[in-house]
Amino acid sequence: MELRDTPEEASFRGDLRTWLEENVPAELRGHRGGAARFDGPEMRAWSRALYDAGYAGLTWPEEYGGGGAPYTHQAIFLEEIARAEAPPHIGVIGLGMAGPTIMAYGTEEHKARYLAPILSAEEIWCQGFSEPGAGSDLAGVRTSSRLEDGHFVVDGQKVWSSFAHLSDWCILLTRSDPESTRHAGLTYLIVNMHAPGVEVRPLTQITGEAEFNEIFFTGVRVPADNLLGEVGGGWQVAMTTLLHERGTLGFALQAALEMQVRKLIALARDRGADQLQRDRIAREWIEMQAVRFTNYRSLSALMKTGLPGPEGSISKLVWSEANQRVTKLALEILGPDAALADDNAPYGGYWQYQQLRSRGNTIEAGTSEVLRSIVAERVLGLPKSR
Amino acid sequence: MDFTFTPEQDALREQAREFLAANPEPSWAQLSELGWTGVSIADELGGAGLTFVEEAVLFEELGGALYHGPYFSTIALTLPALPSDLRAEVAAGTASWTLALGPLVPDLDTADRVAVVGGDGIFELESPEREVLTTNDQSRPLGVVRGGQSGRRLADASVLAEIGVRSLTALALEACGVARRALEHAVEYASTREQFGKRIGVYQAVSHPLANAYTRLELSRSLALWAAWCVATGDPETPLAAAAAKSSAAESAVAVCETSIQVLGGIGFTWEHELHRLYKRALGIESFGASGTRLRAELAVALLNEKTEEAPVTTPAPAPVEQGG
Ligand SMILES: Cc1cc2nc3c(=O)[nH]c(=O)nc-3n(C[C@H](O)[C@H](O)[C@H](O)COP(=O)(O)OP(=O)(O)OC[C@H]3O[C@@H](n4cnc5c(N)ncnc54)[C@H](O)[C@@H]3O)c2cc1C
Repeated sequence: MELRDTPEEASFRGDLRTWLEENVPAELRGHRGGAARFDGPEMRAWSRALYDAGYAGLTWPEEYGGGGAPYTHQAIFLEEIARAEAPPHIGVIGLGMAGPTIMAYGTEEHKARYLAPILSAEEIWCQGFSEPGAGSDLAGVRTSSRLEDGHFVVDGQKVWSSFAHLSDWCILLTRSDPESTRHAGLTYLIVNMHAPGVEVRPLTQITGEAEFNEIFFTGVRVPADNLLGEVGGGWQVAMTTLLHERGTLGFALQAALEMQVRKLIALARDRGADQLQRDRIAREWIEMQAVRFTNYRSLSALMKTGLPGPEGSISKLVWSEANQRVTKLALEILGPDAALADDNAPYGGYWQYQQLRSRGNTIEAGTSEVLRSIVAERVLGLPKSR
Repeated sequence: MDFTFTPEQDALREQAREFLAANPEPSWAQLSELGWTGVSIADELGGAGLTFVEEAVLFEELGGALYHGPYFSTIALTLPALPSDLRAEVAAGTASWTLALGPLVPDLDTADRVAVVGGDGIFELESPEREVLTTNDQSRPLGVVRGGQSGRRLADASVLAEIGVRSLTALALEACGVARRALEHAVEYASTREQFGKRIGVYQAVSHPLANAYTRLELSRSLALWAAWCVATGDPETPLAAAAAKSSAAESAVAVCETSIQVLGGIGFTWEHELHRLYKRALGIESFGASGTRLRAELAVALLNEKTEEAPVTTPAPAPVEQGG
């Protein structure tokens, strides 16, 4: 057990800290995220700067533009990003889901074609899994794909697809065998969002902005080569994606929480907090440290045994609920000003936006109910409910 | 960064779990034979020269086993105050200690010798009158001392800071052991007990509270192990980590026990089942020393009154625990 940096980790951290101090644009510090980050060119430029400095895809193989670094570097990177209140790389779905899935199931051609543009933020990805009839129960997917003279022809509808309106590519889960039900007969495709027959309709969400979308596919022709895994083997590939969505993302979420708690403390110093609020602030700081060290445990197990520790499965669940509490506590500290929004609100409406956005945290990437069932069944070994 | 145990530490845990299952009420001499009383005592004094991380493994296992004896009061509370010759006796198993930090003193029924805080020092209290009180948690009785003569001066009162963080961390680790054991009972029951034609673990009203219990336990355990590492290495964040760990783990242990009692139904409410004893230890840990509310109030001072942007690293140690340790 050694929680301090090794000399090599310390030098990586030191260089990174200096680099962040010199390179994070002031207007992006503490950025509230969401779809607004795509409005101007700044965030893409920032992501590109991360890439050029070698900080995008730290753990990805060097041959695909990554850093070939151990996971600990990624952990240090995210800690330092939080400390500097720097925004993360813009390619959330590409980095966290599409990229790792392509590395696991893609051909050499796929890896050479798709991975580097994710890191350089030249291409943005979205995830087309959920459908009107398939949410928590993803095996209910009905969007169809038929193999026809060298192409999959795709018809159907996806929903809640984050950033689809800005995306170049989609990882799409389809049903290729119309006779099949549930987990069999699914096929996982890479779909060009600019292809004819793809129509994206933004959905305005609780925050007033449109971050997620409906996607309609009408006779969209997808080259047969854009297949990940086997025809009919899409479920297995999708599980890899979800594993990364909920797992690898753990450290990113921890960094987000660390930044949120820092801001909460700064807010309380700025505006004052009563005794009961101080107790809750201390609780949230404790919870944040607990998530952080739980991730360290899981990560250390991964480095030693190749498998992340089971405790890692609680990260997303705990983070989402912590973020909801932290943002609500911030509104309480703001007092009557909490009713104001956007530019009329203190801090440009950061907390009002964050609080509303946080309600999605317990729904996206697996609802808390689904995640609790996963902990109960896969970690505790309780009998299966489904 | 490496947050895993070494194979030797894992082996120590295995040994502890097996030994305590076979010997639920071990004597001080038995613990000494196993080398447990001298874990962090120097080699030349007959100890193993290891660290608080190894002791942490034992605190967790002893907590889960509801061990009744002076290990906590000797190793967590008094050891930092003991000079070399007395440490050698602890390692050899010829003496155990407790320290009266407040009116309620732990393990007075089993500890051989008693130390007290007086003025700027810690002293041995010779032949005091001991009264062991009735406590909710019978596995860790509390008592009061009266009279006696102030004996040898053992240490300067400055060791109280170390005693504070060691005891908070040890309590947090014990709480994790208690919670783990309680959760095991509940998971086993939910996996086998059938009602309405199904094993009750399939009902989410049963399984989700258990998932929450696991979540609380693992979060607290991460804090307790962080604090243990901090104590072992003298990290500047030790006071924060120890306060966070005790505040979180005591509360988690109580909550996990309560969930487990509910999941076991009527059986969980009986005197016969072990759960109530785990629950009472958890409640005992929560009330012992600084309360969660007080620890969080201290943390808030450290977090909110710091001038720098850095997470605070140099805060005063939490005040030494008030009530008997
Ligand atoms: C902000 C946001 C971004 C998203 N981005 C994407 C994206 O990019 N791509 C994508 O494919 N999807 C995305 N989603 C969709 C998300 O994955 C789904 O919303 C989620 O899986 C839940 O599905 P649903 O909305 O159909 O709700 P339902 O599955 O209908 O669930 C409704 C309620 O029932 C509960 N429930 C359902 N089944 C069970 C059960 N077995 N046991 C107990 N409770 C149950 C749920 O927990 C929930 O509370 C996003 C969602 C949000 C909110």
